[in-house]
Amino acid sequence: MEDASQAGLDIVVLVKHVPDAQFDRHISGEDRTTVREESILSELDEYALEAALQIVEAHGGEAAGHRVTAVTMGPPAAASAVKKALQIGAHAGVHLSDEALAGSDAAGTSRALAAVVRHLGAVDLVLTGMASTDGETSLVPAQLAERLDLPQVTFASSLEVQQQDGSWSLTARRDGDVYSETVEATLPAVVSVTDQINEPRYPNFKGIMAAKKKPLTTLSLEDVGVDASEVGLAGAWTRVLTADPRPPRSQGTIISDEGDAGIRIVDFLAAQKLL
Amino acid sequence: MATVLVLIDQPGEGLHKSHRELLTIASGLGGAAVAFLGDLNEAVAQELGARGVRTIYRPSSADVGEFLVAGKAAFLAATVRASSPSAVLLGNSFEAKEIAARAGVQLTSGVITDAVAIGEDFSVTKSVLAGSYAVEAKVITGTPLITVKANTVDVAPAGDGGAPEVVTVDSAMPARAARITGRTAKAASGRPELTEARVIVAGGRGVDGDFTPVEELADALGGAVGASRAATDAGWIEHSAQIGQTGKTVSPQLYISAGISGAIQQKAGMQTAKVIIAVNKDADSPVFEIADFGVVGDLFKVLPQATAEIIKRRS
Ligand SMILES: Cc1cc2nc3c(=O)[nH]c(=O)nc-3n(C[C@H](O)[C@H](O)[C@H](O)COP(=O)(O)OP(=O)(O)OC[C@H]3O[C@@H](n4cnc5c(N)ncnc54)[C@H](O)[C@@H]3O)c2cc1C
Repeated sequence: MEDASQAGLDIVVLVKHVPDAQFDRHISGEDRTTVREESILSELDEYALEAALQIVEAHGGEAAGHRVTAVTMGPPAAASAVKKALQIGAHAGVHLSDEALAGSDAAGTSRALAAVVRHLGAVDLVLTGMASTDGETSLVPAQLAERLDLPQVTFASSLEVQQQDGSWSLTARRDGDVYSETVEATLPAVVSVTDQINEPRYPNFKGIMAAKKKPLTTLSLEDVGVDASEVGLAGAWTRVLTADPRPPRSQGTIISDEGDAGIRIVDFLAAQKLL
Repeated sequence: MATVLVLIDQPGEGLHKSHRELLTIASGLGGAAVAFLGDLNEAVAQELGARGVRTIYRPSSADVGEFLVAGKAAFLAATVRASSPSAVLLGNSFEAKEIAARAGVQLTSGVITDAVAIGEDFSVTKSVLAGSYAVEAKVITGTPLITVKANTVDVAPAGDGGAPEVVTVDSAMPARAARITGRTAKAASGRPELTEARVIVAGGRGVDGDFTPVEELADALGGAVGASRAATDAGWIEHSAQIGQTGKTVSPQLYISAGISGAIQQKAGMQTAKVIIAVNKDADSPVFEIADFGVVGDLFKVLPQATAEIIKRRS
């Protein structure tokens, strides 16, 4: 790996193109995969991008040689997640696009993304959101750290990167139920951040114009040295057998408080045998 | 028949209800062995024996927990290699999911999270897309690693088995891992753990800085206190109380929502609750769309009245 002190920080932010949760989301087809119309950049990945941009700004900016690359994988439409990241402030974008990726589970996704990170070479920091808003499993960042054999710092609610004697390290906070933890690691590392870490910025007009000139590279599985059989449905270690939409919850009784609503709640609890 | 391995991670003084649930499921699927992290005291060992556990696996190194996730995952993977279980069950915390995730890569084994039921063939029932779909999924490669939500089974009564055999498992410490260098314990509330609670009373921006009526109703019902992100962001209550997409996902018997509008990210964490009661002064709040019983009113009047009524009926 290159000497980070001379080369500047190379930060990769993984972004996902996900169905907008504001609309009804669906599962369809023989393979029971999520329908990806009306998709957007996952809100949770905006926190990771913001964290990356703040690190770069705190250490002298692009001029100091630091660089943020937004990486996504998925069908052609997924490129729009990377484009949005470029508008917000990422310096370069990479889109792993291959039909064979369709239906990837966490194992396949982490395999493909690890291959992209390796392909990019000297990466100092891989940043992700805390979960995808569609898969909701939070497995990928941990599996990525395992596959890349890098320190894993997940669910960071604060993150600082510092340089000492030419080598970079990080300090993060994790807020658990029982403890609040301070975590330290040397770079390179894989870090996922929560929505507590910052307030993501919005793209402005200047950013939107500048994004058009930023490099966006499309890679295939072959480019990153992954066999099609290792990802997608073919390479999945799990399978969805059935998927049934849950009947929407039906609205119950709604009353207006006329001075006795507290008592009526208790009547309702008693009738439901919940007291 | 091969046993099912249950990962128990630092129960502290005694086993948690969720650990007993995992042991109950494992016993029903062919018998339980335990991979144990933390302080194995006499009482815990006795109880594990009484719950039918014949073997407890422990890491050879005491400081696996000082390395973020990697150490625990390496121990779990080594235990699976040493004992060849038919499946592994874990709790459903973020950390448990990550331990499963990394062990899965080491073992070339699939991981399924958020299970609410497990069949004899280890097929898993779970909900996805914020509770809008019920899915049946199966691990098709390797040893199934399954993280199970709390409150999915009734805990079986303990028997009277003897103390289990304790086996030490060697696992290599990860060379590249993050180190936990500081730990501050959070104040214990004395209330049930949110993900295990049968009753949750949650407050939102509508409590306007004062959680007292929410807490008092929760205590009258023996429940836990939850919150919307607006309330945790305002600093009125700890972040660990947040329910929703970026907080906890809960499925209690009863969820009482007070002063919460019912945004999609909030619903994602609570709409699989059995019964939902909502109190909100705005009749157009989306939370009423999913409420079994809704009150359009002021939570500062309605909640204390309900609390007083519960106390009165009980005395
Ligand atoms: C990436 C992301 C992740 C998020 N994750 C979560 C999450 O995990 N959990 C979550 O909850 N939110 C989450 N949110 C935020 C979510 O979108 C909403 O902003 C939030 O849930 C609103 O909280 P609230 O309902 O308490 O506040 P509001 O929406 O402001 O609603 C307050 C309600 O209180 C009522 N009210 C006021 N006074 C009273 C009174 N005296 N008596 C009765 N009712 C009263 C009002 O009528 C109103 O309906 C997330 C947002 C984003 C972008």
